[in-house]
Amino acid sequence: MKILKQGKTFWLFILLGAVVFGTVQFMIAGGMLNQFYLNTLFSIAIYTILAVSLHLIIGITGQFSIGHAGFLAVGAYASAIMTMKLGLPFVVALVAGGLAAAVAGLLIGIPSLRLKGDYLAIATLGFGEIVRIILLNMDYVGGASGLQVSHLTTWPWTFACVILTIVVIANFTNSTHGRACISIREDETAADAMGINTTFYKVTAFAIGAFFAGIAGALFAHNFYIIQPSNFGFLKSFDILIFVVLGGLGSLSGAVIAAILLTIVSTFLQEYPETRMIIYSLVLILTMLYRPQGLMGTREIGSLFKRKGSGGGSVDAKQRAL
Amino acid sequence: MELVQQLVNGISLGSIYALIALGYTMVYGIVKLINFAHGDVFMVGSFMGFYSITILDLSFFPALVLTMAACALFGVAIERIAYKPLRNATRIAALITAIGVSLLIEYGVIYFRGAQPEAYPGDVLPKETISLFGLSVSSQSIFILGVSVALMILLQFIVHKTKIGKAMRAVSHDADAARLMGINVNNTISATFAIGSALAGAAGVIFGTYYIKIEPLMGIIPGLKAFVAAVLGGIGIIPGAMVGGLLLGVIEALVSALGYSLWRDGAAFVVLILILIFLPSGLFGKNVREKV
Repeated sequence: MKILKQGKTFWLFILLGAVVFGTVQFMIAGGMLNQFYLNTLFSIAIYTILAVSLHLIIGITGQFSIGHAGFLAVGAYASAIMTMKLGLPFVVALVAGGLAAAVAGLLIGIPSLRLKGDYLAIATLGFGEIVRIILLNMDYVGGASGLQVSHLTTWPWTFACVILTIVVIANFTNSTHGRACISIREDETAADAMGINTTFYKVTAFAIGAFFAGIAGALFAHNFYIIQPSNFGFLKSFDILIFVVLGGLGSLSGAVIAAILLTIVSTFLQEYPETRMIIYSLVLILTMLYRPQGLMGTREIGSLFKRKGSGGGSVDAKQRAL
Repeated sequence: MELVQQLVNGISLGSIYALIALGYTMVYGIVKLINFAHGDVFMVGSFMGFYSITILDLSFFPALVLTMAACALFGVAIERIAYKPLRNATRIAALITAIGVSLLIEYGVIYFRGAQPEAYPGDVLPKETISLFGLSVSSQSIFILGVSVALMILLQFIVHKTKIGKAMRAVSHDADAARLMGINVNNTISATFAIGSALAGAAGVIFGTYYIKIEPLMGIIPGLKAFVAAVLGGIGIIPGAMVGGLLLGVIEALVSALGYSLWRDGAAFVVLILILIFLPSGLFGKNVREKV
């Protein structure tokens, strides 16, 4: 029964994905979307990947990282080097971007073994800044003036990456390993006492999150024609953080919804960057003051349609019941 | 000689970091919160100093005092509005709020006055070159160092010799026990924010007179570096923040002197990560065993 139910959700998700993909592909082919809508669409997709990957690190494993733009930068530059300097195809660049960022994730994940909470936050922030400064000083990638990148990001690639990210991270969360990560979030000492290798899972979470952020970086680089170190400052990290916080720490669908909503809002406020940042900051403060669990809490969108007490819910639903 | 010159610059810059770091470390010591908005209090102080010098036509010291008073009020307002309701929330919630407050101040200032930079008038302090043991040192850097040291001595006096200082130390040691002893914890926390913010405001004015150019986003990097300084000295420990600030300034000056001036901003963060890995309680901190 349980297997059937999970299967149903999975097939629903696939069906929904196919419909969204088909509609957009049809509209692009028919020339119904102008450049503005296309850009918004790509931004939404890229930010969704970023939000979901950060959700794994903060929401599931509870490691407060505010250096996500660093992983984005590593992925963007690594992939841009692949296509622009080495002349390799886009697929290779995507994978290379992800792998390079995953290595960076390992690098920052290892110090995280010793750090907790605030200290980890500051260390990751420092890591993001170090990445930016290294890129700023590397003449090979153009230093401050940046790197020209040809436009290779297409809708099918972008959409495939979004789906891949969501499926991998959702399945990871529901696997044994995901449960281990959640137990670290809830109480690291207790998880350790229960025989969970907390070090291993923290580093794994960082590496997986970074991998997908790197893929987002590859898409980002090949969408905007030029990448500069200043694109990847810590304001970018905060942008990603706010998706996860507003969506609800621990809710994948919340992160996706917040990413979509806020990207649309910020696209319309593009001409007024101050207003946009003021709204962002007020959203952060008011969310923390009045609804610290975010829009969705730790629930997923599916649980809204389920009757209370029905089985087969997510692990979080069970946790709430406890 | 070049090296010594750089060292003097480093110490001047370091004393500014130290003044900001003191606020971080005091607030962290008492409410266990990284007050991200602290760097922005520094920025606001810099602008207040600028306006009180140019519009109110004050000289350096009245402007400094006025700015410190205004920043103290500003800091208390931030604490009362944003942080007090979160006293019992999770650390992460408080940290996210602090980030939000920081962004709100930065972009609020940009919204009201625009993002264009402003330049301090050059004649706020006498500019002379004093030769000291064969070195030429600008009178400004000595003056800055003097003001910073005076403020730090004043702070030490407040913390160790006055009633409010005693209350602050008691609350940071054990807030519940302090409350049982009849200490008004909320007022003590507000006083800590007031003192820390006043020091950040003073650092803002000093920064402006020394480096001339100020802008609404200038608080971010010095704020982060001051936090690094606080961690370097051992967070929550007041002498640690002073030493950490000066040390960080000197490290940056040395990195510049070695010809890597573009890497200067990176040096602070490398120091941070190294210190967090190898000496997480800082130079002056004691290692506290975690209880479950």
